[in-house]
Amino acid sequence: MPPQRKGAAARVSEDTEDLTRHPLQAILLADSFATKFRPITLERPKVLLPLVNVPMIDYTLAWLESAGVEEVFVFCCAHSKQVIEYLEKSEWFSQPNFSVVTIESHNSVSAGDALRLIYERNVINGDFVLISGDTVSNMSLTQVIQEHKERRKKDSNAVMTMVIKQSKPSPITHQSRLGTDELFLAIDPQTKQLLFYEEKTDSYRGIIPLDNALLGDNPSICLHNDKQDCYIDICSQEVLSLFTDNFDYQHLRRHFVKGLLVDDIMGYKIFTHEIHSSYAARIDNYRSYDTISKDIIQRWTYPFVPDVMFSGNSATHLEREGMYRASEIEQSRSAHIGPFTVIGKGTKIGNNSNISNSVIGKGCSIGSNVSITGSYIWDSVTIEDGCDIRHAIICDGVVIKSGAALEPGVVLSFKVVIGQQCIVPSYSKVSLYQQPTVEDSDEELEYADNSSGTVDSSITCTVDTLNREMMSETPASQLGPGGVGHVWSICEGAHEEEWRHSVAPIPADKLAEAIQSLEDDLELLNLDGNALSVSGELKSGCNGTDSEDDDVEDSRDDSIIYEKEVEATFLRAVNENIKVPDVILEMNSLRLSYNMTSADCAGAIFYAMMKQALEIPHATAGELRKSAASIIDAWNKLLKFYSKEIDDQIEVIMKFEEMCLESVKEFSPHFSQILHLLYDKDILEEDAILRWADEKKDAEESDKVFVKQSEKLIQWLREASEEED
Amino acid sequence: MPESVAIPHTSSSGGDSEGKSKSADKSSRTRRLKHDVIEAVNELIQDINTCHEQIAEQAVEHIHQNEVILTLGGSKTVLEFLYAAKEKKRSFRVFVAEGAPRYQGHLLAKELVTRGLHTTLITDSAVFAIISRVNMVIVGAHAVMANGGVIVPVGLNMVALAAQKHAVPFVVLAGSHKLCPLYPHNPEVLLNELRSPSELLDFGEFSDCLDFGSGIGSPLLHVVNPAFDYVPPKLVSLFITDTGGHNPSYMYRLIADYYSADDLVVRRRVALGN
Repeated sequence: MPPQRKGAAARVSEDTEDLTRHPLQAILLADSFATKFRPITLERPKVLLPLVNVPMIDYTLAWLESAGVEEVFVFCCAHSKQVIEYLEKSEWFSQPNFSVVTIESHNSVSAGDALRLIYERNVINGDFVLISGDTVSNMSLTQVIQEHKERRKKDSNAVMTMVIKQSKPSPITHQSRLGTDELFLAIDPQTKQLLFYEEKTDSYRGIIPLDNALLGDNPSICLHNDKQDCYIDICSQEVLSLFTDNFDYQHLRRHFVKGLLVDDIMGYKIFTHEIHSSYAARIDNYRSYDTISKDIIQRWTYPFVPDVMFSGNSATHLEREGMYRASEIEQSRSAHIGPFTVIGKGTKIGNNSNISNSVIGKGCSIGSNVSITGSYIWDSVTIEDGCDIRHAIICDGVVIKSGAALEPGVVLSFKVVIGQQCIVPSYSKVSLYQQPTVEDSDEELEYADNSSGTVDSSITCTVDTLNREMMSETPASQLGPGGVGHVWSICEGAHEEEWRHSVAPIPADKLAEAIQSLEDDLELLNLDGNALSVSGELKSGCNGTDSEDDDVEDSRDDSIIYEKEVEATFLRAVNENIKVPDVILEMNSLRLSYNMTSADCAGAIFYAMMKQALEIPHATAGELRKSAASIIDAWNKLLKFYSKEIDDQIEVIMKFEEMCLESVKEFSPHFSQILHLLYDKDILEEDAILRWADEKKDAEESDKVFVKQSEKLIQWLREASEEED
Repeated sequence: MPESVAIPHTSSSGGDSEGKSKSADKSSRTRRLKHDVIEAVNELIQDINTCHEQIAEQAVEHIHQNEVILTLGGSKTVLEFLYAAKEKKRSFRVFVAEGAPRYQGHLLAKELVTRGLHTTLITDSAVFAIISRVNMVIVGAHAVMANGGVIVPVGLNMVALAAQKHAVPFVVLAGSHKLCPLYPHNPEVLLNELRSPSELLDFGEFSDCLDFGSGIGSPLLHVVNPAFDYVPPKLVSLFITDTGGHNPSYMYRLIADYYSADDLVVRRRVALGN
């Protein structure tokens, strides 16, 4: 039985002119149904993560209260017990004129499911505010609601009003300041109706496909790419029934909004409302976490700032240069606390330490000569002497022993211990829990793999057994002597996401790369522009590029998914000792379903095999080579099946090169030996190797590294082929 | 309407000693206590409502014929004061500085015109240029400190300094409910309120300067929006309260009327909610 607690009584209707007056209601989704904040969200729900030392849900509830909402339905799914406990402990259940009711569910996997459940409960009467628990805002809702109600009176098809805000995306990296992709909106400037909404666009081509009907039906359209979706929606009751009717609507924007925009039959309309001087943003990934924390410190979200007590947070005092200090802090005289830093209650800071642009929680103990920049350190963290922490997120209870250094973008989950003198590589995520194996990569679901993912149980013994299962032996080398925790590895396609969505600022070399590719694209576009002639041919040209556009866009996503699938299949084959013909069958079906060429297949299988070789524990490089050799031996039939053509083989070589450069750097010294091995096993023909070497002749130095390494082999092959001739 | 000062008033409810006694016979005492507290609060409300009239009554003594008055921002007290002088057939002109970033001066100018006064609206930066032509500066206060210094809307410290340079009297109108027993030790920081920078800048236009994704990740653009200024007592010529006109060095005496001795040492406590 889900617990439902009613706070203050609901209002009784008084008006005789209007329909019965309903209290303003809001639905707060305390579950983001995404896995962007793993590994932290394995143990704690996202809405309870502290943002500048205050849990995110407090900002949302305090804002709703100040905006005049009277009834809030908090929908909890993942870690619901923790959310409910927190709401009980803080005083949200006992505020006058503000009732908070929790709705619990255990098997919802998306916002759509949540709304369907709430519709069944039949608690919403009238227009409501739909937000998620990680929204920070200080806007006033009266004007939006007024506009929404007036529109509904005139046109009952106006089901939703979306709040948007101007925020220019970066022209170099094509992402907004919150780390989300550039958003393209088409809005009718007179009626403010939303006509087009597109998030994932192929910025490489610089083209968005727009429907002709769009231009035909509306007299004027304004296309924007400088708006940010605040994910604050004023919805009418129809929205809930729309979700129930279309039971495959899962995601609020990708499915619901796009579905409504495309649907001509029912004619439902979505409108927008732009806010200017107010602030609203949602914490979507680590970069948003960083940006919004900094906005709060800079007081854009006034009055929800650290030195104003808006919801039981401890009293913090604002000093010069944006420094916030709570009470009972012990700070050494020689420590230097820089600008825009927040120090929580009871923290101790040792001699000569340097802290700037960071947020430090309660009860932390920071030793001497520590340097902390741009980091977010939560409660009860111990940092011993001489550490260097840059752009990291450190959760409760972590211990960092002396001399350790954290490179930018590191996320340390709860109670991890970093050993002495350990240098944690950038963008790593360290947790006490092992990384759950990702089989299902369709949607990013927080607990689709319930067994391995969450630790949500109120019974402590279950938690312990789960702990024992998950926390196996830590490879001591990874985290230094005395280190405790698992470093999660990054899957192949997600490298770009790491630096885009990280707490650390984008490194200069990636920016330079992006600028370079931007300039290259501009040149390409100019060339294209010259090639296209006057209107007659333009249409067919456009259509052609549009469909190609889609393909390129889709295929990039698909290939990443495909590679993951191949890897998973291969792992399964190894673990369960499946025979080669069966594996070939499975691979074939995968290839057909994803419409990939056999070259892609060969490349993906090779990658999976090499990764498997890496997994086998090896002490020296020689052992690594041996294990690689044994795996290639065992599975050479599989690889051979897919590398029959020369092109496929060249693809395999290039894939190997890419691997050695980017992800599996350990293999780079062994490149030529493994190449030789492949040749010996007849997986690669000499023609393939020679053609690969030839192609690389004109390439840049950095590309030719491996060609140079394999000089001897290529030389020998040439001589051999000359002999044959 | 200036907000009421939250912090200095936490410990006192009118200063009456009756409100402090607690003894064994709870129910009748608590009822009487409740009654006394309600009465004291009502008196306070009454004071606040009538202070404008009482201050405005003194307007005739201070504003003479053909004077030029300067004010900054918008204060209801100042408005009533000037109107009262006009009622008594004094003719004078008013310069209103707009009071960025909230531009309350615009509203004040509008009000003054509807009441028939000659008004000139200037920007805050033009104050020093205008001050030589002005006979008197009249402003409202947010709070009056124990040493005679005032917490005023931002920009008035600049006006006070300009007035001192040109030997123009700087007159502060303050109801007695604005008295505060605190001594300002570090007033620019301790007693100021930094509001949202969106009053200054449009967030959307500047969102590319606020992109923390590139560079060193720390903001290069910091926008500060303080709401108050501290004017030290030596810059203030005269206080006009509802009990009459006083020297800044006299103001501490009035505190005794409104705060008991126990309140004079006010420890900065955590504010008890809103």
